[in-house]
Amino acid sequence: MTATEHPPAYKYVGTRPIRHDGYDKVIGKARFAADLNLPGQLHGAIHRSPHAHAKILSIDTSAAEAMPGVKVVVTGDDFPALDPKNPNFDLAANIIARGVAYYHGHAIAAVAANTKPEAQAAAAAIKVEYELLPAVLSIDESMADGAPLVNETNHTKFVPPGEPSNLSTITNLDRGDVDDALAAADVVIEREFDCAHVHQGYIEPHACVVDTGPDGKTSVWCSSQGHFRVRSMTADVLGWDKSRVKVTPAEIGGGFGGKTTVYLEPLAARLSEKAGKPVKMVMSREEVLRATGPAPEAKMKIKIGATNDGELTAIDGWMAYGVGAFGDMAGLIGAMSVASYKFPNLRMETYTALTNTPKSAAYRAPSAPHAAFAIESVVDEVALELGMDPIELRLKNAAVEGDLTAMGMPHPRVGLVECLEALKASDHYNSEVPEGAARGVAVGFWFNIGEESSATVNLNEDGTATVLTGSPDIGGSRASMALMAAERLGIDVYSITPVVADTEAVGFTDVTEGSRATFATGKAVVQACDMIIDELKKRAASIMSVDVDQVAWVDGAAVSAGHGGGEGGEPLTLAAITAQAKRTGGPLTATASLNAAGAGPSFAVHCADISVDEETGVVSVLRYTAVQDAGTAIHPSYVEGQFQGGSVQGIGWALNEEYIYNADGVMDNASFLDYRIPVASDLPLIETIIVEVPNPAHPYGVRGVGETGIVPPMATIANAINAATGVRMTSLPMSPPKLLSALNKRSK
Amino acid sequence: MKYAAPTTVDEARSLLADNPGSRVFAGATDLIPQMRSGRPEPAVLVDLKRIDQLMAVSHGEGKWTIGAATPTADLTRNGAFSGMFPGISEGAGLIGSDQIQNRSSLGGNLCNGSPAADSVPALIAADARAVIASSDGTRTVAVAEVVTGPGQTSLADDEFIVEFEIDDAPANTGDAYLRMIPRTEMDIAVVGAAVRLTMDGDTVTDASVVLGAVAPTAVRVPDAEAALVGSRLDDDTLAAVSAAASAACNPIDDKRGTIEYRTQVAGVLAKRAAVIAADRAQNGA
Ligand SMILES: Cc1cc2nc3c(=O)[nH]c(=O)nc-3n(C[C@H](O)[C@H](O)[C@H](O)COP(=O)(O)OP(=O)(O)OC[C@H]3O[C@@H](n4cnc5c(N)ncnc54)[C@H](O)[C@@H]3O)c2cc1C
Repeated sequence: MTATEHPPAYKYVGTRPIRHDGYDKVIGKARFAADLNLPGQLHGAIHRSPHAHAKILSIDTSAAEAMPGVKVVVTGDDFPALDPKNPNFDLAANIIARGVAYYHGHAIAAVAANTKPEAQAAAAAIKVEYELLPAVLSIDESMADGAPLVNETNHTKFVPPGEPSNLSTITNLDRGDVDDALAAADVVIEREFDCAHVHQGYIEPHACVVDTGPDGKTSVWCSSQGHFRVRSMTADVLGWDKSRVKVTPAEIGGGFGGKTTVYLEPLAARLSEKAGKPVKMVMSREEVLRATGPAPEAKMKIKIGATNDGELTAIDGWMAYGVGAFGDMAGLIGAMSVASYKFPNLRMETYTALTNTPKSAAYRAPSAPHAAFAIESVVDEVALELGMDPIELRLKNAAVEGDLTAMGMPHPRVGLVECLEALKASDHYNSEVPEGAARGVAVGFWFNIGEESSATVNLNEDGTATVLTGSPDIGGSRASMALMAAERLGIDVYSITPVVADTEAVGFTDVTEGSRATFATGKAVVQACDMIIDELKKRAASIMSVDVDQVAWVDGAAVSAGHGGGEGGEPLTLAAITAQAKRTGGPLTATASLNAAGAGPSFAVHCADISVDEETGVVSVLRYTAVQDAGTAIHPSYVEGQFQGGSVQGIGWALNEEYIYNADGVMDNASFLDYRIPVASDLPLIETIIVEVPNPAHPYGVRGVGETGIVPPMATIANAINAATGVRMTSLPMSPPKLLSALNKRSK
Repeated sequence: MKYAAPTTVDEARSLLADNPGSRVFAGATDLIPQMRSGRPEPAVLVDLKRIDQLMAVSHGEGKWTIGAATPTADLTRNGAFSGMFPGISEGAGLIGSDQIQNRSSLGGNLCNGSPAADSVPALIAADARAVIASSDGTRTVAVAEVVTGPGQTSLADDEFIVEFEIDDAPANTGDAYLRMIPRTEMDIAVVGAAVRLTMDGDTVTDASVVLGAVAPTAVRVPDAEAALVGSRLDDDTLAAVSAAASAACNPIDDKRGTIEYRTQVAGVLAKRAAVIAADRAQNGA
């Protein structure tokens, strides 16, 4: 279902063609990184720290090196010491430990051998002497007075350098007079919340094949959300010029933010360089869970004041995000994500705290889900206290164009009100809550980003077009790029071949994060199409012998009013022009590159009907609807897919997903058996409503949609649980044991 | 590591006798994941699925005989068996997924020794027996006596289970198995409860209550059985069943569930399974 502000008059944009890469993916022909093999390749394996925090006294690789099939072993000594000011300093330290292991699972050494079992056996045979250091395993421990240092190289960002610290950022935002406003409020609700570490849970583990040639030129094939970032990160960690590295993107089996960074590529590159052979590395699921980025854990305290007629007058918030052992800006971004309501008075104190746990990585709308869980739960309590409908309360306070986010930035045109209205009008919201069930709603926001993208459009002799971009296709972006190009050029969407090109075949393109690909890379595609249309018009003018000013591009053809509709009276089609390209000036090709401004934020509202088995604490999700502003849905199926995927991941986060650490900081549940992402039978069909409030900064009105969908589910479910049971769950996940224990306390 | 696929029980007996350190397997749905996660490899892997006797389900002489390596899918698809033992069938039917069930066996589920094995509580509740073979001969023991602790059985290294025997259920008997998992499938029981009841009208005349995943092995709950026999399953009886089931728990705190949670939910599932078993005893499955 689509709720459209301006019914568009597009021919291709907004349609649902089968994706260009669809057949290969369905029949299993698509090549993911782990599918690639090079002649003579070796296999890599990693020796990982068994301790959460330890000084490395010595590493003895001699036994490993003498084992059958083993070709080379590398340790931190094989990698340059980076300048602490290098933006990839922490990344380099995470990829391989130098002197200190900062978390259980931290890579200490890597081996390349003829076979994977040989490499694994050798990795296990590496002997490391450690001196144990105190491990800091929670936000509370990290922020306590006199806490041991998690990482002696960490300094708080954005303040003059001082002593090493466990805090990476400290943000204080303040507007209005929060204390006065809270004192004057008719209703004040305050709650404390916490969220456990969760993983992105992409199905495809990290994998790469790296081949360093005798000339030093290095080719990388890997799964990532941005191969230009793989290039720069790999080169930085190795101390190489970026141009030494060529990265070819494989298909990607999910990333959700977790593949905006690298883990294996620099290790494989050094192994390959030393061995003189290609090296393949593929993580196991256990390694993915132990050593790649989870989303941060968090603790929050939120106090909201309101008047009796439902005006939210003040918010006083304290939020701390635990990000693992390296610098991060999760707290700052958490503060930035507070943007759904007007709040004339606001105070947000946020912290990014280090702990001896794996380095956190981006996960869909990073930091926003935690904050929204807390704030949307308190807003729900305010509505209950006031006896107001939760949608009405939110409508009354919803941010609109010009209202300030917590950071003090005015919103551009946004669609929160439209989303709330669409839910209000929906079949779901107007349906009776099923017997024995209860309903919850919550709002989510994500700001989205623009950044740098390039696109090249090559017209082929037969009138088709090849569109090259540098954005990996993680959510159907090939189809979206093709649709925008088809719309612009006026040729069929299947006459467009969308290609995700390697770092040497297309202009620089930032990593796919901040839901930017369809917005920013799409904008570059449209711009390149416009450039090529200008050229097509020139060629047509010369063929028709008219002035170029008299040529217009209509429906895939050049028409000239001054020439009775073109030579011979007929419009000149794109194919007719490309057929004569040689005669009129050579091949037709155009490249556009830009740094896209004006990424439009995307708001969402979710609604869930759930039931609770009060004797076991099991929550069943019976019906779920995700409403979100897409600006303009280029390919509605993939927009809906993003809403559904975000919802499902959020439901998993709400109900069962968590890292369970033992007292030594070892993750106890490092498998998909015990790290419980939802299975299909756990979920109803996620219903979607696409709201379209076009983003004025994109030629077709696109807002990124990839991330917001994960922001509302935790509070949506928590609010529904509260409605069902009268129990306010403030700790994620709301797993059966936690919910049953809360229910037990209620009945006492 | 060597692989052997005997085609007769006798061939298997001598293989095991001649090759100390060998290991039998049926579906390998426990074995392969365990080897992949670093358990030592046996010298010889003995595949039991080529032996017809271990792959058969038959009924006669007042009992069911189920080959120890038979895929659980063959059991759950067997209407006559599932009609008589819906609880055993639903326990076996909860193992993994369709793909797993085309491989997984009762013998493997039992001998893997997991306290959470889903087919075991209802087998014990039905007084099932295991027929065990070795080069020394054949012996028959109660299923309840096979598992001695997590991952441990009373079988000698060269012994294997050939088949299970289950006497026909008396008239007006019904069984049921319920498990608690945080998801709806593809998970390991946090608590399992099997109840088998024989009824005379509204009155329970015989009862078995067996819990899984709440102690080092599946456990029988005599206090719950005593509360049930002679009762009409009124609220007080069900409360007594719950209390007895909770009291019988000796669980661990782990990533899959807390002691407190397992103990409380065991009581809930025992009570619910009793209600379902009674209904089946009175009205059929
Ligand atoms: C994805 C997945 C999901 C699962 N879900 C469940 C679940 O929901 N519930 C559940 O209970 N289990 C589950 N399991 C575990 C497993 O599938 C079951 O325990 C299954 O019944 C094992 O049977 P098998 O034939 O595959 O055993 P195997 O792996 O072949 O053997 C298991 C053990 O038993 C021994 N053994 C096998 N047969 C005999 C015999 N005849 N005599 C003596 N010893 C023998 C083997 O030596 C081995 O030690 C799951 C496994 C997987 C991989």
